[in-house]
Amino acid sequence: MSEAVLERVHEDVHKTQPWNNPDAVPYIRFENVTKKFGDFYAVDDVSLDIYRHELFALLGGSGCGKTTLLRMLAGFEEPTSGKIYIDGVDMAGVPAYERPTNMMFQSYALFPHMSVEQNVAFGLVQDGVSRSEIKELVAEMLGLVQMSKFAKRKPHQLSGGQRQRVALARSLIKRPKVLLLDEPLGALDKKLREQTQFELVNIQEKVGTTFVMVTHDQEEAMTMASRIAVMNEGVINQTGTPFELYEYPNSRYTANFLGQVNLIEGVLVDDDEKYAVIKSDEAGCEIYIDHAVQGHEGMTFWVALRPERLRITKEAPKETKYNCVSGKVEEIGYLGGISTYHVRLESGKRIKVTEPNSTRQIEPRYTWEDTVWVSWEAGAASVLNK
Amino acid sequence: MSSDKQEGSLTLKQRFDRWMIKHGRVLVVGIPYFWLFLFFLVPFLIVLKISFSVAEYAQPPYTPLFEWIDEGITVTLNFGNYLFLLSDSLYVTAYLNSIRIAAISTVITLLIGYPMAYGIARAQGSMRSVLLMLVILPFWTSFLIRVYAWIGILDREGLINAFLMWTGIISEPLIMRQTEFAVYVGIVYTYLPFMILPLYSTLEKMDVSLVEAALDLGCKPWQAFAKITLPLSMPGILAGSLLVFIPAVGEFVIPELLGGPNTLMIGRTLWNEFFANRDWPIASSVAIAMLLFLVVPIMWFQHIQTKQEEGQQ
Repeated sequence: MSEAVLERVHEDVHKTQPWNNPDAVPYIRFENVTKKFGDFYAVDDVSLDIYRHELFALLGGSGCGKTTLLRMLAGFEEPTSGKIYIDGVDMAGVPAYERPTNMMFQSYALFPHMSVEQNVAFGLVQDGVSRSEIKELVAEMLGLVQMSKFAKRKPHQLSGGQRQRVALARSLIKRPKVLLLDEPLGALDKKLREQTQFELVNIQEKVGTTFVMVTHDQEEAMTMASRIAVMNEGVINQTGTPFELYEYPNSRYTANFLGQVNLIEGVLVDDDEKYAVIKSDEAGCEIYIDHAVQGHEGMTFWVALRPERLRITKEAPKETKYNCVSGKVEEIGYLGGISTYHVRLESGKRIKVTEPNSTRQIEPRYTWEDTVWVSWEAGAASVLNK
Repeated sequence: MSSDKQEGSLTLKQRFDRWMIKHGRVLVVGIPYFWLFLFFLVPFLIVLKISFSVAEYAQPPYTPLFEWIDEGITVTLNFGNYLFLLSDSLYVTAYLNSIRIAAISTVITLLIGYPMAYGIARAQGSMRSVLLMLVILPFWTSFLIRVYAWIGILDREGLINAFLMWTGIISEPLIMRQTEFAVYVGIVYTYLPFMILPLYSTLEKMDVSLVEAALDLGCKPWQAFAKITLPLSMPGILAGSLLVFIPAVGEFVIPELLGGPNTLMIGRTLWNEFFANRDWPIASSVAIAMLLFLVVPIMWFQHIQTKQEEGQQ
């Protein structure tokens, strides 16, 4: 490849993935931010960079500090220590009503005594925008969220999905530098949620605003976000693209939180520059890893295996020295497109395997109490040390 | 023997249960209606009847409304009492005074009660119930005793004067009792809980994120209050105001004990007509006229409330 082409590829990467560009200036920056409520650390020394035009997701269980982080960005909470910058401006002491952020609340927080139109116009009226301009902008915004027909309705006359759209329109109309979304789809049912996920992404692409959203739903985060920060107990566990987090989790917590995973405990017995071998009593076998592992022999590791990367067979594979265990099928879940099997190993450990039903079968391939072999490629596993 | 007895009582209970399922609804709804009919509507009708008769020295001290003459009923309605109320400026002044004092008291109660209700509604869980308890606590002492206590506080030789004289801020005692000021103090103090409680219940139900949303969209805190909190607490403001205003108009004890001879309120006029002048018909018509005065705001209140409930559905 010529130098010029290489440079263009780099430029492209830097444009779409500013986090991989060392020269990119972050749009939002958390610098060692801590928030204490009494003795409780809701957010504990978090540093995080979010770039312009990103759709960034803060992902974690309840009480992990994700909402507190969002509320500090909005100005509803002040950090106990640390600094927050938006577009280079220190946000310390800037009240919520002067911040270049707008928020879409989990409860939507639509003003019940105002019509849809008045709700959407609220921020503009507050800023003293001229009446004709407000009318134009509100109409445009309601068009964007497909709510023009309902402009005169009151919030209580709308369905959950419609309220969500109004809330989105209201928070977008002031063209904030950053739009904050607190569990934006949490109050919708599953079907509507899936549909709305893509709509939100489309709208984000259209308006180009930087979105920061909070969610506990890993699927939602993975479909929508450019990058995700996985949070636990006030600390960011790992930050990365959905791909990075799923394929290269840095901890058992992340591996568990995103998708499904089998975690097998073992001890490093052979450590080489090109490979590693982990002996696991739990699995009752030796696990061969096709890359080097940071650590020394005798150290405990966890091998993370995604259920869909495992092979299930009735006959023993040819090579059974490594990456191969046998057990009994204990539970079967037939989901149509895929089947899931829970295989009980001799050690008592249960392993979950999913298999696509890519061909039509006369009868189920495996049944309860079948003895089966579960095996995997050397590259399928990731090795975790925490 | 004993088993027989048990069976008997069981069927009796079953019979009772069946009867309750059938008629229980009527019973439950009926009892309060019967109570209201007996102790509210019937006395009201008696008073209404008396208001249409003429006073006389007799037992009872008024002319009968219905008379049997020649095997027929003759009804003599006398509207003179009501015309008299209009013609004598005493009554009109008393009505207007009552309304003025009640209205001003209501506004003061609202101004004091709103921040208190807001504070309680936004207080932490356990603190909130303590504060609510403190609001309700005065009800555990007799109303009369509490008003008497104010005499002790506001009197010429009362607590306030004694304290101010002791500190040397004033050399002459302030005249507070037997003024309209004392009546305001009494009414505001007595009726404050009736303002706080409905306000609290509307403010407590309000989603805090609504205010945050207003702040987020560029409102300063006072603007968020004016545009969101205040309009949304209107039902509480109305309920509280009417709960204070209506009884305050007809208040008798407070102006009698704390007010001066010039504090003319309709409750006192009523008392005078009944007990001093023994003119029952005039007193009754004063009472009926006052009721009409008050029915209008009550109806208005109920209208607003039903509208509000419809709005919430």
